[in-house]
Amino acid sequence: MSGNPTLERIARGNELALCATGAWTARFAPMLERMVADAEKLGGTRPNIFIDVSQVSKLDTFGAWLIERLRRSLTQGGVEGEIAGLSANYSSLVDEVRRVKAEPIVETDRVTITGMLEQIGRTVAGVGGTLIGLIDMLGAVLAAAAHVLIRPRGFRLTSTIHHLEQVCWRAVPIVVLITFLIGCIISQQGIFHFRKFGADIFVVDMLGVLVLREIGVLLVAIMVAGRSGSAYTAELGSMKMREEIDALRTMGFDPIEVLILPRMLALVLALPILAFLGAMAALYGGGLVAWLYGGVEPEAFLLRLRDAISIDHFIVGIIKAPVMAAVIGIVACVEGLAVQGSAESLGQHTTSSVVKGIFFVIVMDGVFAIFFASIGM
Amino acid sequence: MADEISDAIIRVRDITVQFGKTRVLDGLNLDVKRGEILGFVGPSGAGKSVLTRTIIGLVPKVAGSIEVFGVDLDAASAAERRGVERRWGILFQQGALFSSLTVRQNIQFPVREYLKVSQRLLDEIMVAKLGMVGLRPEVADRYPSELSGGMIKRVALARALALDPELVFLDEPTSGLDPIGAGDFDELVRTLQRTLGLTVFMVTHDLDSLYTACDRIAVLGNGKIIAAGSIADMQASQHPWLRQYFHGKRARAVMG
Repeated sequence: MSGNPTLERIARGNELALCATGAWTARFAPMLERMVADAEKLGGTRPNIFIDVSQVSKLDTFGAWLIERLRRSLTQGGVEGEIAGLSANYSSLVDEVRRVKAEPIVETDRVTITGMLEQIGRTVAGVGGTLIGLIDMLGAVLAAAAHVLIRPRGFRLTSTIHHLEQVCWRAVPIVVLITFLIGCIISQQGIFHFRKFGADIFVVDMLGVLVLREIGVLLVAIMVAGRSGSAYTAELGSMKMREEIDALRTMGFDPIEVLILPRMLALVLALPILAFLGAMAALYGGGLVAWLYGGVEPEAFLLRLRDAISIDHFIVGIIKAPVMAAVIGIVACVEGLAVQGSAESLGQHTTSSVVKGIFFVIVMDGVFAIFFASIGM
Repeated sequence: MADEISDAIIRVRDITVQFGKTRVLDGLNLDVKRGEILGFVGPSGAGKSVLTRTIIGLVPKVAGSIEVFGVDLDAASAAERRGVERRWGILFQQGALFSSLTVRQNIQFPVREYLKVSQRLLDEIMVAKLGMVGLRPEVADRYPSELSGGMIKRVALARALALDPELVFLDEPTSGLDPIGAGDFDELVRTLQRTLGLTVFMVTHDLDSLYTACDRIAVLGNGKIIAAGSIADMQASQHPWLRQYFHGKRARAVMG
């Protein structure tokens, strides 16, 4: 019953009948569109053209619209286009599509040089906006912290402990594993190259200083930015999308105090702990490789380590940790609250949370290096 | 033709669905006839959405068979299944619009995937579908997050109708709409059913919808269909839940 659709041209004197047959449905839409485009060229060739649809076996929105499109273009060509033989079943459908406005709206999304320049300008201006947003969030978090200090009942201990478990306790295995491996690698490379000029034992100096001052905390901060910063952004972002944050606000709670302060606090507590554990694991791994690969006995390693490093090295490393945690947390929360309604936006902000988090961690590390060098630590 | 009108477009036989130890549907049978609007009611948590999702194939069943358009969905090949999926449209409870696409792209998405047609026709069909669900073409370039709840339902319906399906599933289409909006929506479903010759499977809680839009009503309880028939049959039923549902305070208000 539903054969391929056709559109035959039957001439009767001055009149031309376009006879539609078969199934005019979505399935055949590409074919129908071509037939209609051909027939549209007939506009103006005859004084009277009409469309006979009495043989159409099946009609849906696609078919009805294409017939309507044909009728309109024939009418525009100066001849009166008419539809004949419409069955009662389909007349309401044809009436429906007849109300469609002729001019489809066109997407204006052209790429131009000025547009590209504008985009670059906006991005550069956006950098300033980002910094202001971060400072704004820092201020809001500090204000919320002050508020909680004045009124300690508003502090969310359960939430803080929960986040501490998530970002600290659960992160321990992966942080320890990776820093252990990095310690092994530093030690192996050090021994391999130092051996050429008989300075094997100096690998202990290098390992101790590097791990305690720089690598330990930097590596752990980067891992935390990837692991917990992204989680914070995704959590806050999806809460924003589902209007949960608006709900909190209307109940008279400050989202900064309820959601962000416990997360920030957990992160600021977690990063020094993780950095310490990471440094220990790296030293352990380095010592193990020095012993098994370099032949440095554990007693000799410990003796050398005691001479090579001072408590200053450790303090330099650990002081940086909470600051980096704060930077990661603030970036993650700002990005989380900036999420708009779509899934795509959630993905973009989670990515940019991690990228910006790592960037600022490295920038902070540089600033700290200059600072400690100038005070001679 | 008369024969085809009376035959069942969905045929569900002895369906059992279980989550862990809880049996949600227990040997359920249901027929949906071609061209009708079936209202599907039942207490909250009785498994109305589960049945809908089982028919669509989103929830696995333990036993039973489902035939849609005469195709047994368990025995069907991947190509046959795709053929069936192209012939139905689904309106999810929350709309389930793709949040990163505009209204235009949402409606055009299934068409673009299945048919090779020009961008011009895609745009024209999109405007026609928007018109059918009572929206103006100006909303085409908005994102779902910029729409009101009622508009989301309408756009989701337009997307469900994009490929001119023969069968549409509506999961609580009027929930969250104001009574006037809900009434309009019922009217819209009725009109579309008439113009497009649709079969509609509508899960609903809305008594008004049952009275104004539905041809037939099926009631779910204890994992089975406890009653099916016209609104008059429902009112005459002696089943305790049905009596409460159709003769309670709200029902009297609707019947006025």
